[in-house]
Amino acid sequence: MGKKILTVDDSASMRRMVLFTLGSAGYEVVQTCDGVEALEWAQKSAVDLVLTDVHMPRMDGITLVRELRALTHYKFVPMLILTTESSVEKKMDGKRAGATGWLVKPFNPPQLLATVARVI
Amino acid sequence: MTLDLEMAEIAKVFFQESREGLDVMESGLLTLGAGADAESINTIFRAAHSIKGGSATFGFAEVAGFTHGVETLLDEMRNGVRPVTAEAIQILLQSCDCLREMIAATEAELPLDQGRIASLNSDIAHILGERPQAAPAPVAPAAAPPAAPPDATAEAGGTPSSGAQGWLITFEPVADLLRLRNEPTRMFTELARLGAVVARADTSRVPLLDALDPESCYLSWNLEVSGPISRAKIEEIFDWVESQWRAEPMSVEKSSAVAQPHLGPAPEARPVSAERGPAPAAPTAQKAADSGSIRVATEKLDNIINLVGELLITQSMLCGFADGIDPNELDRLRQGLSQLARNTRELQESVMQIRMLPISFAFNRFPRIVHDLSRKLNKKVELKLTGENTELDKTVLEKISDPLVHLVRNALDHGLETPDRRSASGKHETGSIELGAFHEGGNIIIEVRDDGAGLNKAKILQKARERGLVAPDQDLTDEQIDNLIFMPGFSTADQVSDVSGRGVGMDVVRRNINDLGGHVQISSKEGQGSTIRIRLPLTLAILDGQLVRVGKEIYIISLLAIVETIQVSKDRLNTLVGRTEVFRLRDEYLPVVRLCDQFGVEPDSRRAEDGLLVVIEADGKRAGVLVDDLLAQQQVVIKSLESNFKPVVAIAGATILGDGTVALIIDVPDLIRSVRKLGSGAVTAHAA
Repeated sequence: MGKKILTVDDSASMRRMVLFTLGSAGYEVVQTCDGVEALEWAQKSAVDLVLTDVHMPRMDGITLVRELRALTHYKFVPMLILTTESSVEKKMDGKRAGATGWLVKPFNPPQLLATVARVI
Repeated sequence: MTLDLEMAEIAKVFFQESREGLDVMESGLLTLGAGADAESINTIFRAAHSIKGGSATFGFAEVAGFTHGVETLLDEMRNGVRPVTAEAIQILLQSCDCLREMIAATEAELPLDQGRIASLNSDIAHILGERPQAAPAPVAPAAAPPAAPPDATAEAGGTPSSGAQGWLITFEPVADLLRLRNEPTRMFTELARLGAVVARADTSRVPLLDALDPESCYLSWNLEVSGPISRAKIEEIFDWVESQWRAEPMSVEKSSAVAQPHLGPAPEARPVSAERGPAPAAPTAQKAADSGSIRVATEKLDNIINLVGELLITQSMLCGFADGIDPNELDRLRQGLSQLARNTRELQESVMQIRMLPISFAFNRFPRIVHDLSRKLNKKVELKLTGENTELDKTVLEKISDPLVHLVRNALDHGLETPDRRSASGKHETGSIELGAFHEGGNIIIEVRDDGAGLNKAKILQKARERGLVAPDQDLTDEQIDNLIFMPGFSTADQVSDVSGRGVGMDVVRRNINDLGGHVQISSKEGQGSTIRIRLPLTLAILDGQLVRVGKEIYIISLLAIVETIQVSKDRLNTLVGRTEVFRLRDEYLPVVRLCDQFGVEPDSRRAEDGLLVVIEADGKRAGVLVDDLLAQQQVVIKSLESNFKPVVAIAGATILGDGTVALIIDVPDLIRSVRKLGSGAVTAHAA
């Protein structure tokens, strides 16, 4: 336990739900509000998993994944995108940028935990 | 906390966030107009997208369903598929209103206005070129099990056809598989949970060691999983590596026609536009909404403010002690104390700062209000906002909002002329309303300025005389005439319009502002426009006070309310019938309040010439307060009497002084009102 997860979401309610769900399951959660903030944090720190929303101001989730993959210490970190887009297009964009997988919104806490458990 | 309780809490956050999102959408839509840039639409889209995602997650299917249509329209607009028309913007604005109501109703667990929702849904569908019946279906709430991928055919979703024993999966991953952390062993483990797995790895593509990149995957696999397993189960496991695998049903008679190889979900035929890359971090219309703020309960802040107040009190108490201490130690103590004083002051200032919000929170409503109102009144108007980042106390901000709306409405309705009349008088057809805020000497000034017709002074004066507000022969300056509109029961509108004149007069506006410790006045030039100027204190929690003494009691009067302090000469003090005393100050007669009588304390002396007369002013009215002595001036922290004790006439609150004694703070407007009421008739008669 004690695996560290970086979450990126511009919505406070989503952040809180993710924090509560993952926190209750024993994960250590780091929260950021957009791609720029997440990238800044990641440049100095390591995590076991990145969980990012797609549509965010300043830097979207797809760009974030691409930028993170370029960092040496994030080369092999699993990265999941949270998105309401169930279209293949967004998923493939994410994949091409280097995402491990995705979780389609809306999801409930058990679904989130199950998905996280698939990668760490 | 249990999941349910926590989810209820989170839903509250969602409601608040949605309202903020709607504000962002609304202000974005209002500036959209012609030449909309991509990032502006993107910002609006993102807000709608978040509301949809959140409402679906928290189980508000109807909100999610409605937002879906709005989001689709915005999505098409930002992709350039759909033009940005005035009609579409209008419908989107109405949708914002509708959503705001839906969210309020959902939060209050009240029924939704289905008629309105359906009608807007069909408007949106109409723009999207769909038939109204094709209104977007509600998005499934999170509680529902994850739906099968939309592109999975009915056949693919089922179990292998009769006689099938399992699946034969060919998995040919891309070289990046491991780098993207799609662990094949994990997938195989999951697969093994569904049934017995036989895996064969194809190592033919593994290069010689020299050419081998240890991070790449060169293997592919043939996997046989046995059992009555649905295709959806397998898709769940392999969904992140789609297009790298295919599965065919494994049957006893493998030659069966059913064994047609079934490719995994094919990539959609629609070309992927690579140009829709990252949103540029453009500073366009980035308002206070995303200023990286943290939400804190007002109650908690007030608590901190209270504590800091206590700290101030302790500090000034220590300062008092210092005077009676061993002289050798005194210097060091003084040094420490002055540092404490400085720290405390800084802490207090920074804590007060937390309560401060930019006035844009109040100003942001106005583009919409002006937009709607100018349509209704058929007037053309340009709204200019300045000084939106000027900060003021949250409570002041909340309470000033409604009076401001009233003033802006008035300016639009009564101030600005119709385009025809403007053209006729040589003005530009489009009128201007300017809403500005700035600091001035420890106060906030808010100005509402229009370039309309200005006030009709003759009409105002006539009306004031009709109502007996002004004596027939009384001469008034232009400014005094203008400010008559703030008198109770004064309205010059010839007919009560739908827009303003709803019975809430300018006197109410003035009273609200006065209650905030502020002041409002108007100046206007006929034919050129009016300017309303509101002066407000930065905060309500701290006051610059003048300490005054009556007998053994100390009272505090706001420095802002004190005009001057004078020594009383007996010959200028007269007692009128009905026991009111008046004092002749230059050409004015002031009603006099003896604080000793007002509050029932024993003064040093009852002879007026032994004391001092403090002249106070509020709402443009003056009075004299007779006290024994003036003491220091200091900033005091206001403690509410109302919440700790009960409301008391002419007392605004209390504070604790450095020596631990409680001092009452005089409510100047209330005091003046009460004394004017007592002797109003007599005073007017005498002054006239």
